[in-house]
Amino acid sequence: MYSVVKAEQLADRVHELVVEAPHVARHAKAGQFLIVRVDPDGERIPLTISRAEGDLVRVIFMTIGATTYRLAELRAGDSILDVAGPLGRPSGIPQNATCVVVGGGVGIASCPIIARTLRGAGNRVIGIIGARNADLMILEDEMRQACDELHVTTDDGSMGRHGYAADVLKEVIEAEPVDQVWVIGPAIMMKVTSAVTRPKGIRTWVSLNPIMVDGTGMCGSCRVVVNGETKFACVDGPEFDAHQVDFDRLMQRQRIYPEEEREALERHHASHCGCEPGARHG
Amino acid sequence: MPLIAGVSRGRDMAERASTVRVHDFGEVDLGLSPDQAQAEADRCLQCKKPACVTGCPVGVDIPAFVLAIAEGRFGEARTGILEANLLPAVCGRVCPQETQCEGACVLSGKDRAINIGALERFAADLGGLEGEAPVARAPATGRRVAVVGSGPAGLTAAAELARRGHAVTLYESLHEPGGVLLYGIPEFRLPKAVVREEIERVLALGVELRTNMLVGQSLPVEELLAYDAVFIATGAGLPSFMGIPGEEVNGVYSANEFLTRVNLMHADRFPDSGTPVKRGSRVVVTGGGNVAMDAARVARRLGARVSLVYRRREEDLPARREEVRHAREEGVEFMTCAAPVRILGEPCVTGVECVQMEMCALDESGRPAPRECEGSSFVIDADTVIQAIGTSPNPLLVRLLPGAETGRKGNLVVDEDGRTSIPRVYAGGDIATGAATVILAMGAGKRAAAAIDADLRSGIAP
Repeated sequence: MYSVVKAEQLADRVHELVVEAPHVARHAKAGQFLIVRVDPDGERIPLTISRAEGDLVRVIFMTIGATTYRLAELRAGDSILDVAGPLGRPSGIPQNATCVVVGGGVGIASCPIIARTLRGAGNRVIGIIGARNADLMILEDEMRQACDELHVTTDDGSMGRHGYAADVLKEVIEAEPVDQVWVIGPAIMMKVTSAVTRPKGIRTWVSLNPIMVDGTGMCGSCRVVVNGETKFACVDGPEFDAHQVDFDRLMQRQRIYPEEEREALERHHASHCGCEPGARHG
Repeated sequence: MPLIAGVSRGRDMAERASTVRVHDFGEVDLGLSPDQAQAEADRCLQCKKPACVTGCPVGVDIPAFVLAIAEGRFGEARTGILEANLLPAVCGRVCPQETQCEGACVLSGKDRAINIGALERFAADLGGLEGEAPVARAPATGRRVAVVGSGPAGLTAAAELARRGHAVTLYESLHEPGGVLLYGIPEFRLPKAVVREEIERVLALGVELRTNMLVGQSLPVEELLAYDAVFIATGAGLPSFMGIPGEEVNGVYSANEFLTRVNLMHADRFPDSGTPVKRGSRVVVTGGGNVAMDAARVARRLGARVSLVYRRREEDLPARREEVRHAREEGVEFMTCAAPVRILGEPCVTGVECVQMEMCALDESGRPAPRECEGSSFVIDADTVIQAIGTSPNPLLVRLLPGAETGRKGNLVVDEDGRTSIPRVYAGGDIATGAATVILAMGAGKRAAAAIDADLRSGIAP
């Protein structure tokens, strides 16, 4: 059992949990993920490690399916049955380079740890964070501290610049020489945004989030197509060369269980009252 | 669950009728009654030089426990088995006895071999752990040994090392120990309650279990190597795919994934359980080993019509005869001398294009090499495809071990006692041999434990 020491809602449908898991927290590196199983009948889901300090590890997630809604109900003092990790290969960190870290929506969660690690290795780090609107923006302060320079965009212009992260990225790579780029967010955002760096041949990394079961290199559920070859996100990734990833296949494989996910979610909601997800009940 | 009168087979163990069992995950074999067990044990000739024992990878004193059963000393029979094997209820169910102890039995040529597997299971199942004398443990040596992976090899090594007085920490990456016994072998062949009880016996020896630990990541390699000795039993890893077009479309599973979803995560109980699985109405399984049979039989239980496609002849199927028979009885359709060449459908599977294979001259495996018959392609309608064509060793820890000598497939190279190229690091089971059986992994765990113990005592290891 792993104790939740902090639980907070950061934005509409976006939640933060800080969990005591020394075996993960002490060894976690930028770019890695963990697997949680909330209770005995729960599924195993992967979540990116957003921060690790001492014995504590932070994850940030959006409520989408039954398991994330269940996670959003947890409060400080509650516990999670299983936390396994850290999993996956850490981000490859260059030295004395200029790097851009782009986060979209809940994908911003993964960015500060990468930005901090890059900066710690002597790199110049430019951050770009984008969300649909101001209510969905997260971790702005943390990113501002982690980066040498930060750009904020919203699709509707309600915060920062009106537009997409891809637009800003295009300007940034025109304005100065950029060595490497990280793009983390929903699959469609990663596809569109990483296309911006392709003409210049800038090394660009994306963190893929296919469906996983064990997450330890055993089941093959998380297979993705990279450069025409089958790779396993849990052991070969989760970061891959963006310009070689078959994003359309990734998005298709993320939609293997739409009916089942709906059924599980309806069942989850039916077991609760009509309150806001995550509301505390006596 | 509805039980009807078992059908008696040549092996004397009652089985639940296929028409009933195909609707649930209850155990197929029902085991022997005490009368049946005694009658079967009574047939044993008590050979002076028992061939059966030489056929047992963990060296169980078979004639002794069979005699104890024949004489009604059932508890003693179990105690005797436990001397050599702490997982007898598992072995009695899943060992390929026909190629091991029973295959070596002198009666196998004349009458029929003693049903050693059923007798082992009988002795193991009686009573449960309560009342069982605790397994003796040598005085503490003060040595610490890490065992990585809690499948059959790791459990066996952990138990053997603990018995010899070493302090053992058993690391498991999943949320529960058991490895393939848990995620791979279905409930109807090996009930999870049986596995859990046998693991309790191992842990009762003082083995410290740590779940959710990715050794190499949750426990850095430097900390692992700080143990006095390390036994690596991380098992089979990534599933192999055939490399044919269409394997990435939705509805194509590896057998590992399909079985893990059901066996470990209980997707058969979805949505009571949180993990879903595509039940499929028309399932094609590719492969001919025990894993293929397990996948096909699980798919039948989830309600699908199931075809098993295998590229060689029926007599070449690598699965145990008994598993093939069970699968057939449960309605799995066998399409032999056929090979898939393409998976059809986008974004979801709609069918599998196959070709007929003809058998040619014998290849290096001693079987006729299959060759595609030109113009023989045909399509099987399917909404789910399960590939059961093997796995490669788990790469997670191996790639982090400095100086580890690995084989062609990424397996750890070991000597006959399980020593790797790294001092004080040993390995066994699928991580060393590639995919094999539970009992061979147990044998490897046992040999390595003996070597670790000897090396620790002789000072080869510190």
